[in-house]
Amino acid sequence: MLEIIRPGVQTTVQDLGRHGFRHLGIAQAGALDQPALMLANRLVNNPADAAGLEVVMGPVAIRFHRDGWLALTGADFDARLDDTPLWPGWRVPYLTGQTLHLAGPRLGMRAYLAVDGGIDVPLVLGARATDLRSNFGGFAGRALQAGDLLPQGQAIVHLNRCGAWTRPWSPVIRLLPGPEYHEFDDAVHHAFWQKEWKVSSQSDRMGYRLQGPPLHRSKPHELLSHGVLPGVVQVPPNGQPIVLLADAQTTGGYPRIASVIEADLWKLAQARPGTRLHFVKTTLDDARQAMQQWQFERNRFEWSAYGR
Amino acid sequence: MKSVNTRFYLLGERAAVLESRPPVDLVCQRRIWWLAAALRAQHRFIDIVPGMNNLTVVFDPLRQNSQEVLDQLSTQWQQAKQQQFEPREVRIPVCYGGKAGPDLDNVSSYTGLTPEAVIALHSSVDYTVFFLGFQPGFAYMGGLPDALITPRRAEPRLAVPAGSVGIGGAQTGIYPAQSPGGWQLIGRTSLTLFDPYSTSPSLLLPGDQVRFVPEPDHA
Repeated sequence: MLEIIRPGVQTTVQDLGRHGFRHLGIAQAGALDQPALMLANRLVNNPADAAGLEVVMGPVAIRFHRDGWLALTGADFDARLDDTPLWPGWRVPYLTGQTLHLAGPRLGMRAYLAVDGGIDVPLVLGARATDLRSNFGGFAGRALQAGDLLPQGQAIVHLNRCGAWTRPWSPVIRLLPGPEYHEFDDAVHHAFWQKEWKVSSQSDRMGYRLQGPPLHRSKPHELLSHGVLPGVVQVPPNGQPIVLLADAQTTGGYPRIASVIEADLWKLAQARPGTRLHFVKTTLDDARQAMQQWQFERNRFEWSAYGR
Repeated sequence: MKSVNTRFYLLGERAAVLESRPPVDLVCQRRIWWLAAALRAQHRFIDIVPGMNNLTVVFDPLRQNSQEVLDQLSTQWQQAKQQQFEPREVRIPVCYGGKAGPDLDNVSSYTGLTPEAVIALHSSVDYTVFFLGFQPGFAYMGGLPDALITPRRAEPRLAVPAGSVGIGGAQTGIYPAQSPGGWQLIGRTSLTLFDPYSTSPSLLLPGDQVRFVPEPDHA
């Protein structure tokens, strides 16, 4: 069992999200920095889609009620296990009664904690992710509070200390042009790719609002409501783009100027309000290559941690 | 063949979209429902999301080639029939006006109808669920009588109570859970629209025929 002593700004139980229910209006939810959660899980020998904790800013304190292994990934939160400093991207053993302290991020804004056996909350519609907007899944359908006791899955027998290389963050985000890209003229395209985009403080797990030059279509017309996904960049009438994230609604009606490629979506999860981003146009082939590179890194880690 | 008016394109790396050009057309929507059901039965896609005269399928790009997905979608669209169902008729009891429907008077003054006439007209026709979106179990319904078309509120409410029945332009719908919202609220139902712990979580599904029934006390 894990005991939440201090939950920080927003700590939630998340896995890789809810899939197969978008036609019922059910959001994906799940970790915003998916590579980080997958890596944390694999470090402690959980399946990649086990549930862990997504921690937003600090300070956070969590007490352990049995012996086991933990891994922290994502932003470096200046962590200590009792008094011992911890490196992010490593798995380390913990003992009953020890407390994990996360002071807060030096860079980025979300950390992921995986414990051996995973957080064993019930599956709701195929996932353990917390749906914060509709209040189901995760732990009681809400962000964690002081005093919450989280059930933990079956422990594993034996591990050695081990670390993994984590990718450095960069403000360069690669995107594919979207279905309505050509409804914007050359000057708008130029602004979209050349200017800086500042992450607004009005950003959350549903979407990141970006501030920059206003983007307007040459001949605006109403679109019929259509399916949208995490990564899609919508342009509402005020011309300020919104990048949809895991908790986004399932359908929308604003023009879709572009989509963030899967391999770069995690960078948004780690971009605090005020961060300046740059957009780079890419191709489907390059997006595929970036995803294969990520798979390669994962496989290499599996080999070093568990291979013989 | 309607395919001249249909385009197929990718949305990011893991979604393919079939889009029929406006205006909204129930014949086209019936073909979309038919195709959505056929694709779901094939178990080849992660998500199949009908929209308004469009359909988005989500796939795993590491296992499926995006061009092949587009081609399959196009081929199957040629073969799509109009969904013929025993229309599922869902009756929704509604308490109209008062605290349950704070915008009934707005709709009344905008449309020039008395509040009683708004209630009588709103509950006199069958609506069709076109698709679910916005929030779990939120059904976008077509079929609103033209006389009831009312623009959304200038300032959306921060918290619309669960069960609220609203009018948004030419659409009507019910908020399954409390949320922000800009539709004109004319009544409220006590039915549960969405239950994530049920085997059939959403009360309403695309294609359903919905009839609103005024609660006797408020008729």
